[in-house]
Amino acid sequence: MAARPEQFTAPMIQLTFNGTTMEARPGETILECAKRHGIAIPHLCYKPGYRADGNCRVCMVEIDGERVLAPSCSRTPSVGMKVHSDNPRAVKAQKLILELLKSDMPGQGGSPHSPVSELDHWAAKLGVGKPRFPQRQQPQSDLSNPAIAVNLDACIQCTRCVRACREEQVNDVIGYAYRGKHAKIVFDLDDAMGSSTCVSCGECVQACPTGALMPARLAAKVLPDRQVASVCPYCGVGCQINYNLKDNRIIFVNGRDGPANQSRLCVKGRYGFDYVYHPDRLTNPWVRKSGMAKTERLLSSSELTQYFRPATWDEALDVAAGKLNQIRDDHGPKALAGFGSAKGSNEEAYLFQKLVRTGFGTNNVDHCTRLCHASSVAALLETIGSGAVSNPVVDVAEAEVIIVIGSRACENHPVAATFMKNAAKAGKILIVIDPYRSDLARHARYFLQFRPDTDVPMLNSLMHTIVKENLQNDTYIEKHTEGYAALKQTVAKYSPEKVAPICGISAETLKEVARVYARSRASIIFWGMGISQHIHGTDNARCLISLALLTGQIGRPGTGLHPLRGQNNVQGASDVGLIPMFYPNYQSVSDPQIRDKFAVLWQAPNLDAARGLTVVEIIHAIHDGVIKGMYIMGENPAMSDPNLNHARAALAKLEHLVVQDIFFTETAGYADVILPASAFPEKTGTFTNTDRLVQLGRQAIEPPGDARQDLWIILEMAKRIGLNWNYPEVKDIFNEIRQATPSMSGMTWERLEQEHSLTMPLLKEGDPGERVIFTDGFPTKTRRGKFVPADYIAADELPDAEYPYVFTTGRQLEHWHTGSMTRRSEVLNAIEPDPVASFNPLDLAKLEARPGDTIQIQSKRGAIKAIARADTGVQPGVVFMAFCYHEAAANLITNEAMDPFGKIPEYKYCAVKISAVT
Amino acid sequence: MNDITIQLSQHARAEIEHWLKKYPPNRKRSAVLAALREVQHENQGYLTTELMDAVADYLGMPKIAVYEVASFYSMLETKPVGRHSISICTNISCMLRGADDIVSHLERKLGIKTGESTSDGKFYLKQEEECLAACCGGPMLMVDHVYHENLTNARVDEILDKLD
Repeated sequence: MAARPEQFTAPMIQLTFNGTTMEARPGETILECAKRHGIAIPHLCYKPGYRADGNCRVCMVEIDGERVLAPSCSRTPSVGMKVHSDNPRAVKAQKLILELLKSDMPGQGGSPHSPVSELDHWAAKLGVGKPRFPQRQQPQSDLSNPAIAVNLDACIQCTRCVRACREEQVNDVIGYAYRGKHAKIVFDLDDAMGSSTCVSCGECVQACPTGALMPARLAAKVLPDRQVASVCPYCGVGCQINYNLKDNRIIFVNGRDGPANQSRLCVKGRYGFDYVYHPDRLTNPWVRKSGMAKTERLLSSSELTQYFRPATWDEALDVAAGKLNQIRDDHGPKALAGFGSAKGSNEEAYLFQKLVRTGFGTNNVDHCTRLCHASSVAALLETIGSGAVSNPVVDVAEAEVIIVIGSRACENHPVAATFMKNAAKAGKILIVIDPYRSDLARHARYFLQFRPDTDVPMLNSLMHTIVKENLQNDTYIEKHTEGYAALKQTVAKYSPEKVAPICGISAETLKEVARVYARSRASIIFWGMGISQHIHGTDNARCLISLALLTGQIGRPGTGLHPLRGQNNVQGASDVGLIPMFYPNYQSVSDPQIRDKFAVLWQAPNLDAARGLTVVEIIHAIHDGVIKGMYIMGENPAMSDPNLNHARAALAKLEHLVVQDIFFTETAGYADVILPASAFPEKTGTFTNTDRLVQLGRQAIEPPGDARQDLWIILEMAKRIGLNWNYPEVKDIFNEIRQATPSMSGMTWERLEQEHSLTMPLLKEGDPGERVIFTDGFPTKTRRGKFVPADYIAADELPDAEYPYVFTTGRQLEHWHTGSMTRRSEVLNAIEPDPVASFNPLDLAKLEARPGDTIQIQSKRGAIKAIARADTGVQPGVVFMAFCYHEAAANLITNEAMDPFGKIPEYKYCAVKISAVT
Repeated sequence: MNDITIQLSQHARAEIEHWLKKYPPNRKRSAVLAALREVQHENQGYLTTELMDAVADYLGMPKIAVYEVASFYSMLETKPVGRHSISICTNISCMLRGADDIVSHLERKLGIKTGESTSDGKFYLKQEEECLAACCGGPMLMVDHVYHENLTNARVDEILDKLD
């Protein structure tokens, strides 16, 4: 529920409630006040945190001096008011309403769909028996949605689902249509839910008090016998969840009131947990059969037993570590490399990089941050000395202007997007800047659908306007920045008039947006991969940072910079050093003083002084014969790397590859040893979300068969690589992280267990943590933020006569990254089962193709076939595709050309030709 | 996904703009009834999904909010209907004066039930019309926005026969 600061300043209101005096807080309703004092008034359409609608009339109370009863959910008390919720008149009304509602239930009894119906609860509590009224004609059930069962025979039309869908999640699918006795809850135009525009977030299910909306296939029909508080394993938003278990099996997931999600979830978080039970789970170690050579060809999961044989843990670990040792001893530490994962916990990431650095003896350790926000982090570290976000997402509530650029937040950070939509609905100015028109654009005051690849000139033109119209914040620039003169000189070249034809946005709009951003009390910028995944990704981010520095729009509540992190723990994995150039806390490996510090902490005197290779560089180094052995934990480069043919050939070329994962992934097909690991709910650890919240994920279930927890595997590998480690418990690793990572030094495991989540930086035990940072300068040597101007450079591979289309990749709502989890989740895969590519309808018409037809997409590097989807949000001349489909891997097409600073490949832009497949 | 596939006609847009002037700029949705009525008028008396979506887009409303309005008001149609729209009041005054007989007569004469249109697309008998505020002249009906009062079966025949 939204905080109401006025409650703590305005005087309390005295009233008499059922004969006793009590005090109501200002703004509090009679119902809320009663509840706070432990008095139960029956209620159904009221749900804490939702706008009170007052439609069910179950919460009626009598107020002395008033002719009629009043709904207590919608009335605020006044001084001296005398309220009765338990006198005969009030109780008679409450019971009559409950009886009328119950008469609508199937068989006029309890809800047949939910064991926890609130109507049944209140009816039982007030002793409402068999209704005296005739039953209504009952509607059919709608079981068309794979995730949600709709049984309107239990619907009491309280509209909590409508408010969940429209006011909380702002998906705008559920309506209350028709009138009189025909009035009913509908999806779009009274469509079947499965064919409506519903995104299956399930917020309506969480809101429904009677079970009219429930998880599909009776998943929640039984009462759980255990609940484990944890965190969602998918994106960087970091929603807190409950695993609801029965007989040690997860039966459903619901949202918990965490700081980042306030009980909300999206379709993946709520319904995408069943991958852990998929029959494809690896349940024992596998070793490649002798004589089964590796080729570049991708193996399918059915080929596992043909190429690999089961092995004991001892044998598998001995082979895995033994060969890595041998390569290290024969060819030196630089012949080895490791990929960790941003899906793993901080503890796993920390131990993994420590293993590579102290066991292999090299800094060749990286993970998918390189493919995601590496350029943003490079720019942030260079300019303001910290790669973290300045403010949490929910700070949109305090902002006046919100820019979302290069981010399809509704698909990729769905719960974060709900807060942005809430803010827009509350009248804040939302500015969406993106080549793609996503659903978020519908809520925007300004939507700038610019040409792909023209970020830098466009952003420079905004700064040009700010400088030209004297809207810059001189005091802030003077006090907190350096390098302004150089920026001024660069942006002078980019007048909106000059840039307009380049980016496709009118000069007037560019000027207006610049003014709105600069003049507001608090402007905040969010960005995603649309900014970072370019060869000029670092430049793009530099421009956004300059924009904030130029106007002083940073360092206060509701204003700052927020690169939306992709993975659930990409922030944490980077913080604890799972990157080749930094030890934990972004401390440079090439700084001798820092190296000495870690040599002591890790008791490792011979740390490598050279920065290691990044993801794409490692692939090149394999081709060059430099890297010969790899340990890959939870990463899937055979799907996620650009120019996959090239990447897969590299993996096949490795002398020795150890893959630790929960499935036989595309990458595992190139392994020599496969170690079966644990899925998210099978282990305990900390995860750092996009807001810098360090949150505790708790173990709910055991790994299947002989699969083991990742920490156990890393420790066993470490032992065999010659490291003498001793970490009896997860918290022992966490405590070492606190020493290695000063920004987490004040966190304690006990406090995390108690509070579930703590905000970083948190330097001293007991501190609250810093929700907003950069409030007084920056953690750079000069304490100043640095302007780094950027000039326009074009993408590496531009369309030409032969390859006339622009190909861009991303994710889609239902599938996570390479699809290894979500395509093995029944609900998620049922919603999006096939590889689809999105085209502008005009381009489809040119091909004489229709939505649903198969289209071949071909670049200089590879070709795939996908099913066409028409989407007017895609600009003509652009093709969009998610990279989760192994049968049509988008990364066969993409270009591995890199940003020189972030070393991030250009996933967002390459040239392709398209043709209809007949 | 984005699927605003059609543009409103120039005339419809002008009409909506006329109504928008009557409301505060941040209350554009206030014009939704006027907009739907105009758009329906231009489209042979009924609304399509595409038209409702276009209105939603024009007024910056969620589509579902427009669908709710269209399903609520009896003067808005979401399916193709006959050219001439006939609404018979069956509320209490008219009922006491024989409105039900008029309904039966019309249903027999046109060979359709209320809520249906004739197969030649000429007539549409509207479902469940509420009081049309002409109680003094009951029974009454409205054809294409024109009131006819003190009806008899013969009078109804006469009215309908005059229509082309």
